[in-house]
Amino acid sequence: MLQSLWNNRVMVVAVILFAVGFTTLLLHRNLIKKIIGLNIMDTAAYLLLTSIGYIDKNKAPIIVDGVTDPSVYVNPLPAGLVLTGIVVSVSVTAVLLALTIRLYQRYHTLDLDEIYMIARNETEKKEDKK
Amino acid sequence: MSFAANFPLFCIVFCLICSVVSSLLNGKVARIITLLLSIVVMIMSIFVMLMVHLNGEPITYIMGHFPHPWGNEIRMGLLEPFFASIFSLILFLSLLGGERHLSSDLDVKKSQFYYVMTDLILSSFLVLLYTNDIFTGYVFIEICTLTSCGLLMIRQVGRTTLASIRYMIFSLIGSGLFLMGVIVLYGITGHLLFPNLHEAIAKLNVSGEYKIPLLTSISLITVGLSIKSGLFPFHFWMPDTYGYATPSSSGILSGLVSKVYILYLLKIIFNVFGTNVFYNSGIQHILFWFGVCAMIIGSIDALKENNINRMLANSSAAQIGYIYMSIGISPTLGVVAAIYHIVTHAFTKPLLFITSSRLCDAANGSKIFHDLQGKARKYPLTGALFTIGAFSMIGIPLTMGFISKYIIATSAINTEGMIVIPLIALALSTILNTIYFGRTLIRIYTPSDSETCMIKPKVSYLVSTIVLALINILTGIFSTPLISIIQQRLEFFGKVG
Repeated sequence: MLQSLWNNRVMVVAVILFAVGFTTLLLHRNLIKKIIGLNIMDTAAYLLLTSIGYIDKNKAPIIVDGVTDPSVYVNPLPAGLVLTGIVVSVSVTAVLLALTIRLYQRYHTLDLDEIYMIARNETEKKEDKK
Repeated sequence: MSFAANFPLFCIVFCLICSVVSSLLNGKVARIITLLLSIVVMIMSIFVMLMVHLNGEPITYIMGHFPHPWGNEIRMGLLEPFFASIFSLILFLSLLGGERHLSSDLDVKKSQFYYVMTDLILSSFLVLLYTNDIFTGYVFIEICTLTSCGLLMIRQVGRTTLASIRYMIFSLIGSGLFLMGVIVLYGITGHLLFPNLHEAIAKLNVSGEYKIPLLTSISLITVGLSIKSGLFPFHFWMPDTYGYATPSSSGILSGLVSKVYILYLLKIIFNVFGTNVFYNSGIQHILFWFGVCAMIIGSIDALKENNINRMLANSSAAQIGYIYMSIGISPTLGVVAAIYHIVTHAFTKPLLFITSSRLCDAANGSKIFHDLQGKARKYPLTGALFTIGAFSMIGIPLTMGFISKYIIATSAINTEGMIVIPLIALALSTILNTIYFGRTLIRIYTPSDSETCMIKPKVSYLVSTIVLALINILTGIFSTPLISIIQQRLEFFGKVG
């Protein structure tokens, strides 16, 4: 059991990081920490993907000295997937940060629960006036 | 392979080009481009459907001349172009119907960006329907999330910004789980294309290797996509999201965005895992039970609402429950019922959101039931159209909603061990539906002396709502062809070609 945990230590770390990020994104009240949680979660996924894709002692898939035997090289596809994933998570983070700035300008707090309470009170007041 | 095989790729590329071009134009031109684009996509999809029908089996289109397992592929069965045409039609009608609100909700200088978003969202729908590669699917799921967030926050009220951030958070949780599932699947099979994955999973299933990782990956992908489509208990973002967006966006978000994830999940169940593996894993029970809970709790939440748009949004959560419950019942009859219900809901919800927005206009923009009293008497046509939509959601005969509830019930009766609970849930949910829609209808038809602002309806509004209502009634009356088409096409969906 312990031996297999040690052998798959990168995956174990990836799963723990994923759980940390996931719970922060889901449960934390502070918007900035939520975004940090999102990034930890995505990074954990990329760590898992890279660790699956990397074969120890194999070289990067660039042909040097005319060696075309594929068993010498690492499959480049996982790295490509990680790059695509990073692009996606950067754009998502940018949109989330922009939304956070807009919310902060309007409600002057980063606490999502507080913002929700203020917004609900505002709507109720409007409805009462009518 | 005929020239029409290029059409799905053309549609996707057209959408992407139009979105880039639209950002440089002014709002009015961008609007015309988007409307034309959705019609072109619809016509092309119908051509593709005819071609696949004549061909007799699904067509796989290889991109960039790299055969599998290296390249990327587009796959055309019959259901994919069928849904592509329906989705582009509904996008067109929603944009048409909400024109008045769009012009008042959008900043004139920025209105072209709304159409950039709609073009991009159409492209992501098409990719999610057509793609044969699971990672391409992931990328376009994220594009779909970002653009639907854009559609939501374009109306700049505090509440929509809050709604969009909550929507983003839940969506990102869903796509994070989905990505993890894809990675685990890639780790055990080494493939990303659907046919290769299917082969590898079938082999793993026979040999019994990697049983736990396979199960983990199935559950992560299923849970991820069901969170994104708003299955109970992750439906809390729905009332805010659909309730405060501009009516066109509400129609698109509730009618199409949440459905496209379900269709992608069905595509993965049929083409990647195979129905055997999926329905032996036990995950369908989870979908079934959460679907049942969503049906009842969504309806109870709708009953508690005092705001017409939020009520409709909660009713959406219940409808998503119907779809997942049907998927949980069985891979044959149940999935046919689920697909029929997807079509029903996709046609009905935009109709309800657009007509309700006009009723609210009559009450000076107020969405509270008290202010809406008697508005349907002042706007008889809008009232009638809203009634058709409400009847369809309740499941009164002659509408689509009746047929979909009927086939859900028959699929439950014909599946062993699944008779009691679905029927009880259906009955309970229908009663609750009747109560909250009945209450709304009584309210809007009760005479009242309050002031009504009479606004002349736009022609575009009339065209879009009447077409939606007509489709609803016609498919309700002549439902047999549609059901047999779905049944026949489902076989195509599952066939690996």
